[in-house]
Amino acid sequence: MSDLDALMKAFGEAGGDKAILGNNEIAHLVAEGHKLLSMKTVEGLEVDAKETMSGISAKVAVKEGIKIKNPVHLCFGVLHKKGTQKIKMDVRLEKNSSAHFIAHCIFPNAEKVRHIMDAVVEIGEGAEMLYSETHYHGLYGGIEVIPKSVVKIGKNGRYFTDFTLTTGRVGKLGMDYSVEAGENAVTELTARVFGHANDDINIKEKVVLAGKNSRGIIKTRVAIEDDARAEVTGITEGNAAGARGHVDCMEILKDNAVAKAIPIVSVTNPLAKVTHEAAIGSVDKRQMETLMAHGLTPEEAVDVIVKGILK
Amino acid sequence: MPLIEIEGLTFHAGDKKILDDFSMTIESSEVHALLGTNGTGKSTLAYLVMGCEGYRPTSGEIVFEGKVINDLKIHERAKLGITMSWQEPVRFEGISVRDYLTLNNKDLDPTHYIEMVGLHSELYLHRMVDKSLSGGERKRIELASILALHPKLAILDEPDSGIDMLSTQDIVNVINAFKEHGSSVLLITHREEIVIIADKASQICNGKVICSGNPAKVAEYYKSRKCLICNREVCAYV
Repeated sequence: MSDLDALMKAFGEAGGDKAILGNNEIAHLVAEGHKLLSMKTVEGLEVDAKETMSGISAKVAVKEGIKIKNPVHLCFGVLHKKGTQKIKMDVRLEKNSSAHFIAHCIFPNAEKVRHIMDAVVEIGEGAEMLYSETHYHGLYGGIEVIPKSVVKIGKNGRYFTDFTLTTGRVGKLGMDYSVEAGENAVTELTARVFGHANDDINIKEKVVLAGKNSRGIIKTRVAIEDDARAEVTGITEGNAAGARGHVDCMEILKDNAVAKAIPIVSVTNPLAKVTHEAAIGSVDKRQMETLMAHGLTPEEAVDVIVKGILK
Repeated sequence: MPLIEIEGLTFHAGDKKILDDFSMTIESSEVHALLGTNGTGKSTLAYLVMGCEGYRPTSGEIVFEGKVINDLKIHERAKLGITMSWQEPVRFEGISVRDYLTLNNKDLDPTHYIEMVGLHSELYLHRMVDKSLSGGERKRIELASILALHPKLAILDEPDSGIDMLSTQDIVNVINAFKEHGSSVLLITHREEIVIIADKASQICNGKVICSGNPAKVAEYYKSRKCLICNREVCAYV
């Protein structure tokens, strides 16, 4: 079986739709380890991807005024038990363009694997980008995921990101996202992670509301059990008139798990406003009782609640 | 045989006696209203019947269909056919109204139940049971979810109270829906105008039933704020 077939088989087993590779109207980029396996572009989308000495480098541009109809799929993974995948992404959405990128990160057999993503994103004036990243991990937990991205949003631009790691063991996660929003720009960063065993979760997300009337939300949902640990840092700076930001962190834990939430909000303009809420604790007793009164066992009730917050 | 018999139930919270030798029965398909002012033990009784954590009788028995259920957990009582709608229903993130109504039966069509509580299915089934709902909407959805369970006994803890209280007509509609399903209802309230829709009513004061029987007469008695049993110094009606 070729590496591409093997990766797509794992992708299919994780619930993905393998047919996307054969669809001429859907752009994609597939890489296993440091090998580029498949790539397709559509009109208005420029992709310059190559294998380098240190990993994979990809420059992606959506041309001015182009709205990419179908999501662009990025399939990254390491199928071997050991290995490293370093990806450097440079994404640029030109003025009034829009695109939705869906990243599938597949590490089903990882025992000692590192996945490092280093992205620089520039959203032009009036442009909109959605970035969804979903991880499919195996049961070993021998993986280290280090996604880092620095995003700059221009005037009236919009940037939404959704990071999900709820399948399999997390391993070690060191996420570091930073977004600067310009005038009237809007951003929403969402992360959902479910940790087990001795998983170690570290999430840092920062939004700088630099432009007048910019808006930003950081929403983090973490569930941990066994001996897992999680630390979530949500930083929002309101530096311009009319800027509105909010940090919303919820962590549910059980067994011997340990969770920490660090919301940091700062405002340097008196006409800006930033709020935060953080909740850490075991599963809410009243929620449990309500679901049990509907006939669910305690285990089923916890499952429904955790799945709900990670949805 | 009554559906549920509560016999000589006493419950203490710390040193304080909340229920004091409380007894009542509810027949099959009967709507029984329990009337009382705040702090008289109504909700405590509901939690004891439902089996909530920390609510086990100090003495007395709760007998459901002939079986003592004092030691059963909430979900075990739910499996027997007992369920409850809390006074202030909790919110759930990431759970749609449709999923909430079909928690126990994925094949159930929830449309009928959501419309029975006066909500349009097209507008509500896709919504989340979270803080985007108003208190009144959440209460209606909770009642719809209880209806969908077709319980033998539904405990409704003050559906007519709170900031977003339901109207008397709303309550009548819900009670009629339970009746259509053959469910018994323990309707907890502190509003006498609600009581008349019940088949039977009891008034509670200081953890004791002080009168029971015809709903109109119990409502009248409650309205007069008389209490013949309680110590006048502590009675909520004096």
